[in-house]
Amino acid sequence: MQGIDGAAIIVSGVGKRFLLRHTHSLKETFIAAIRRKKIASTFEALDGVDFVINAGESVALLGFNGSGKSTLLKLISGVYQPDRGEILTRGRVAGLIEVGAGFHPDLSGRENIYLNAAILGMSQKEIDDRFDEIVAFSEIEKFIDTEVKHYSSGMFLRLAFSVAIHTEVDILLVDEILSVGDEPFQHKCLAKIRELHERGKTLVVVSHDLDMVSSICDRGILIRDGRLEFDGPSKDAVAHMRG
Amino acid sequence: MAPADTRDFVRPGRGAGLIDVVRRRYLLALLVRKEVRVRYRGSALGWLWSYVKPVTQFLVFFLALGVFLRLNSTIENYPIYLFSGLITINLFSEAFSNGTRSLVDNAALIKKIYLPREMFPVASTFVAFVNFLPQAVVLLFVCLLVGWRPSVPDVLGILLGMAIILAFAIGLSMLFGSVNVSFRDAQNFVELIILVATWISPVLYQWTMVRDIVPEWVMVLYQLNPLTAAVELFHAGFWAPTTNNAFDAPPNLTEYSLAAFGIAAVTLLLGQFVFRRLESRFAQDL
Repeated sequence: MQGIDGAAIIVSGVGKRFLLRHTHSLKETFIAAIRRKKIASTFEALDGVDFVINAGESVALLGFNGSGKSTLLKLISGVYQPDRGEILTRGRVAGLIEVGAGFHPDLSGRENIYLNAAILGMSQKEIDDRFDEIVAFSEIEKFIDTEVKHYSSGMFLRLAFSVAIHTEVDILLVDEILSVGDEPFQHKCLAKIRELHERGKTLVVVSHDLDMVSSICDRGILIRDGRLEFDGPSKDAVAHMRG
Repeated sequence: MAPADTRDFVRPGRGAGLIDVVRRRYLLALLVRKEVRVRYRGSALGWLWSYVKPVTQFLVFFLALGVFLRLNSTIENYPIYLFSGLITINLFSEAFSNGTRSLVDNAALIKKIYLPREMFPVASTFVAFVNFLPQAVVLLFVCLLVGWRPSVPDVLGILLGMAIILAFAIGLSMLFGSVNVSFRDAQNFVELIILVATWISPVLYQWTMVRDIVPEWVMVLYQLNPLTAAVELFHAGFWAPTTNNAFDAPPNLTEYSLAAFGIAAVTLLLGQFVFRRLESRFAQDL
């Protein structure tokens, strides 16, 4: 195992078990308990995963549907808590986990920028400083004071992505969002992500677009059935995954 | 693995609870502003609704209790007595009810991004407070019309009353809101509590009417209810100065008010404790 001197993310012995509850009210729970029926069953999403990501690395989390890679990303972002093991992060973390989660349709583009950037952990001053940059990147200057519900889906995604990509962070978690917008905008997003990487930000990317992630990321971590199966150069990880 | 030095590292998703809400008050302010802006969006009357509802409620109670049951002739300035109690309970009810549902209402956000989740019940309480202000302004206006001249203790009492309600509502919202994530029974139970709340504090009638009937130990419990203390502080602050010493203040109002504040503070701590115990399951249970 690598040392922790330059580490940004430490994942050690992490296990995550989901409890699938079959009852949804106190009454059902009570009746199930009386009848000695199973109240819940468990599902092992992650089982003893270990790795260290150093600051400045760009890492792709790879795996098929249900392999546990999105669960892992949610554990790193703090949305989930591990049942076993430990996750440690150093520096500010922002999750681009599903862009636009905090957008409200009845607020204007401007209000949504402030709200979302604050949700992602930015201060008022940081948002003020970056506001123009965010708007310029999203290319929706003309509609910035229009309510978001009147936006086209492309405009909405561009604005949401632009807010997320401009947050002041050390570690950026990206889940399946690089498929936003049209082709020119996608290229712009990829260029922006590469630029962040060059500036020394740590990137953790989850995507099913294997060619794209192997071009952005240097390292690939392959997860299969909740266990770490391969950890190495991203091209090799993709080759391993494709078998 | 036993890392030599993990001092700069943090465990993601393990915040400092309410302390983090204070640290990220800019986000709190934006969330409150969002709720306030969005609330009456698309309605013709807009913010007038925050006047229409309490005024209607007031008129119904005034007609039924003040006129039909003649409280208007036995309690001096009964309209002010009634309204000052009603807005206190309304503040509590709205904060508690919305706070309990706030986590479920914000499920989309909680499942995707980590932020201090205490933010939601706290924001609901502040939204209720913003909604309370216009009602308080109406009350203030009416009181001034009939010659309200409050003393400094009166005003301090009103502020203490508000603090009791806010702390109590945030505490209970965290408690019931976190249970509500797994068991939606909680929000129905809360509606029940709110229904009862108006009647087990001296909002519509005077505390002396309770004293004359119930045994003393019940009276102690009745007065230990933080809502009773908050309502009486509002009566003492707004209504009493408009009357000719009609206010037969409950014995030991100061002591009971401080006790109520203590109970509200303990509720807040208990709510935070339960919230943190259950928080790790929020994102997966919603």
